[in-house]
Amino acid sequence: MTDKTLPPVDAVVVGAGWAGCIMAKELCEAGLSVVMLERGGRRSTATDGAYPASLDELEGAVRYKLFQNLAHTTVTVRNRTDQQALPYRRLAAFLPGEGVGGAGLHWTGVHFRAMPQDLRLRSHITERYGRKFIPEGMALQDYGVTYEELEPFFDRAEKVFGTSGEAYSVGGKIVGKGNPFAPDRSDDFPLPPLRDVYTAHLFRKAAAEAGYNPYAMPAANASHPYTNPYGAQMGPCNFCGYCSDYACYMYAKASPNVNILPALRRHENFTLRTNAHVLKVLLDSTGKKATGVVYQDAEGNQITQPAGLVILAAFQFHNVHLMLLSGIGKPYDPHSNTGTVGRNFTYQNITNSTVLMPATRTTDQFIGSAGGVAVDDFNCDNFDHGPHGFIGGSPLWVNQAGVKPIAGAKGAMTNGARWGSDWKRQALDSYRHSFTINAQGSNMAYRDVYLDLDPTWKDAYGQPLLRMTFDWKDNDIRMNRYVVSKLDKVVKALGARDVHYGMRDPAKPFDVRDYQTTHLCGGAIMGEDPKTSALNRYLQSWDVPNVFVVGANAFPQGMGYNPTGLVAALAYWSAHHIRTQWLKGAGGPLVTP
Amino acid sequence: MPDVPPKPVLPRSRTSSPLPTETAFAPTARRRHVVQGLGTGVAALAIGAGRAQAGQTASSPADASAQPVAAQNTLFFSAAEKAFLAAACERLFPEDASGPGATMLGVPHYIEQQMATPWARGETWYMQGPHVNGPANLGYQLPYTPQQLYRLGIAGTQAWVQTQHQTLFENLPPATQDAVLSALEHNITQFDGLPSGQFFEQLRADTIEGAFADPRHGGNRHLAGWTMMGFPGARGDYMDWVDRYDTPYPYGPVSINGETP
Repeated sequence: MTDKTLPPVDAVVVGAGWAGCIMAKELCEAGLSVVMLERGGRRSTATDGAYPASLDELEGAVRYKLFQNLAHTTVTVRNRTDQQALPYRRLAAFLPGEGVGGAGLHWTGVHFRAMPQDLRLRSHITERYGRKFIPEGMALQDYGVTYEELEPFFDRAEKVFGTSGEAYSVGGKIVGKGNPFAPDRSDDFPLPPLRDVYTAHLFRKAAAEAGYNPYAMPAANASHPYTNPYGAQMGPCNFCGYCSDYACYMYAKASPNVNILPALRRHENFTLRTNAHVLKVLLDSTGKKATGVVYQDAEGNQITQPAGLVILAAFQFHNVHLMLLSGIGKPYDPHSNTGTVGRNFTYQNITNSTVLMPATRTTDQFIGSAGGVAVDDFNCDNFDHGPHGFIGGSPLWVNQAGVKPIAGAKGAMTNGARWGSDWKRQALDSYRHSFTINAQGSNMAYRDVYLDLDPTWKDAYGQPLLRMTFDWKDNDIRMNRYVVSKLDKVVKALGARDVHYGMRDPAKPFDVRDYQTTHLCGGAIMGEDPKTSALNRYLQSWDVPNVFVVGANAFPQGMGYNPTGLVAALAYWSAHHIRTQWLKGAGGPLVTP
Repeated sequence: MPDVPPKPVLPRSRTSSPLPTETAFAPTARRRHVVQGLGTGVAALAIGAGRAQAGQTASSPADASAQPVAAQNTLFFSAAEKAFLAAACERLFPEDASGPGATMLGVPHYIEQQMATPWARGETWYMQGPHVNGPANLGYQLPYTPQQLYRLGIAGTQAWVQTQHQTLFENLPPATQDAVLSALEHNITQFDGLPSGQFFEQLRADTIEGAFADPRHGGNRHLAGWTMMGFPGARGDYMDWVDRYDTPYPYGPVSINGETP
């Protein structure tokens, strides 16, 4: 029972991040009345990104001003099914957003497309290496959508985001010095690449000497002033170095707040409600049709918002959580390997190596942007995996988004000292003369890595927390160690004074205390078979066809690239099919199983 | 609710501070049970409460939110606790050839100011029970807020130092202080279920933050932390410097409030 029922609307969108804002914009353009519900408060670049107050490392990156307040809701985590999962009580390993803009306000802005092979990984691996190459317990799947089908939507997203980059091949012709492994594009990037910061410049030279293929990382940081197709204006990135964890005071980093919401707010058929925590999706008596959602407002009232179409566009694990709480789809059971909601939960397999340059080289790590220089020689299936017996890969890159002094001191390269004069001397030296190279790798899906509801702990609304069962597996550990070993030639070419290789340690389970990345994926995946995917290739629930679930939850396994570019393309892809097919039909499934 | 920027802490007259209450470090019945249920807990409680007479902030989230803001503008640490903090922070971040130490940088003052924030009251952490011990890699599981970590950790450390050295931490020679800190770091003891290493990590993290956070938070005095680091602070514009390779950035730091060294 709820306190109040509001008049029905055509569509309700849960979450005001990238996925929610893209979906709401598309549905408003189609003439639907749209209510967007955001759990957190109002946020804007003008308030949360105001110069100079926003350039505060303590508030932004230590006290997590823009991130989820775990006091309201969190997850529990365990490594194995025979353990008790325990609550994730303090933000550390991953940092979900909260408030208008979601994680899209505090992200760095690294903006990749997906590799074609990643989108059909099971088929690709089977074709190239044979079915037996996929180890027992690894749950590889195809997305059910190809790169060619998504290409117009990748292009659309880059134009909305004002993405800076350098193409390799456009319309089948080699046009520039971009990533030679990248697939063909229908158009160039809307903006030329950002300039290389010093450390990226060093990496570019050294990687070329090592025989690799360096390229400018595509970044949704405008390299020049830019106006996007919605009329939203971006300023040029000035390399202030406050990208990750901050709202960009230069309006240079793409965010839903800067790039979409100004246009979305102009639609009279659009309503945004903040501090609206959605508790569940309501289903009719058949369980096959959603009738709306119920949410709790800031005063504690439970409000029913009836809607003909429900878009779940919250953060990856919140989407899965809402499906489980609402009874949309069958919960996954790892023992019987049945059910779909919660399966194929993945992360990103990132380790960081630190290079200490000679004292004559000052690395100015505080200068930064979402750009940088990467090599893809060991990403995806760009090298022959036959001799190695693992699946997946990592780009290697210098993506210096501004290292501030607290992070620089805590993460300093030392001889093991952690405090005192010995540590202090090394920390100061490390800040001035070191830099970081990341191996940001793929993470495959496994039968016993999944999401479900926790039996013990509850959120502030009295609902069970989501439970993560996650650990690093042999395939991914070996992949990481192989790729990181390929840095050796780069480090030699750099003339480094010292190096610390960050490699995954087979003896160490997934550790929630160390920040890794917020690139959590899967749990409600898209696919071609309703037995092994929660969503069809249009991100539509197989079970409740007026529910679409948009986000990285849809990725069947993790890839080396950052997820946002693919999330945005999938949102435009899904919206396109809602507009051109679903709205014109009877509201049923877009794919017949 | 977003973590709001901490308000400046205005020291109040110590005599006008409220008397300590047990809720200052046992905000719920269950936590009170945890505190009192262990031997050293009683001692820590006694020491903590005794020293806290100079004034403190009630640390129950529920209590704190119900109080007027002015009530939070009191000092959290007693003079005795402050003496420990000053000595310990200075050993973690000492004055030496590379520059000023924690004391000169105002680190204890920074930590004092942080104690008045929602973070220190545990309002940004998931604090619901049950609190179950588990493997370290599954993260922090204690029922204690940062305020409570300090109250218990300082009292417990002083009690432990008393048994070992028959004096207070701040009276020990630097080498012995270092040995004590190292012992804490390596979990030599625990205070009411609070492993000493957990307290040490809190102290270490806050010391680093106090040395290098913007000076509006009370530490990094005269931007000396940033000067040592070579960090230009809130300049936030490197358009003209991004590709001047091999030319180190030439300008010194500026703070959010416009201070320069």
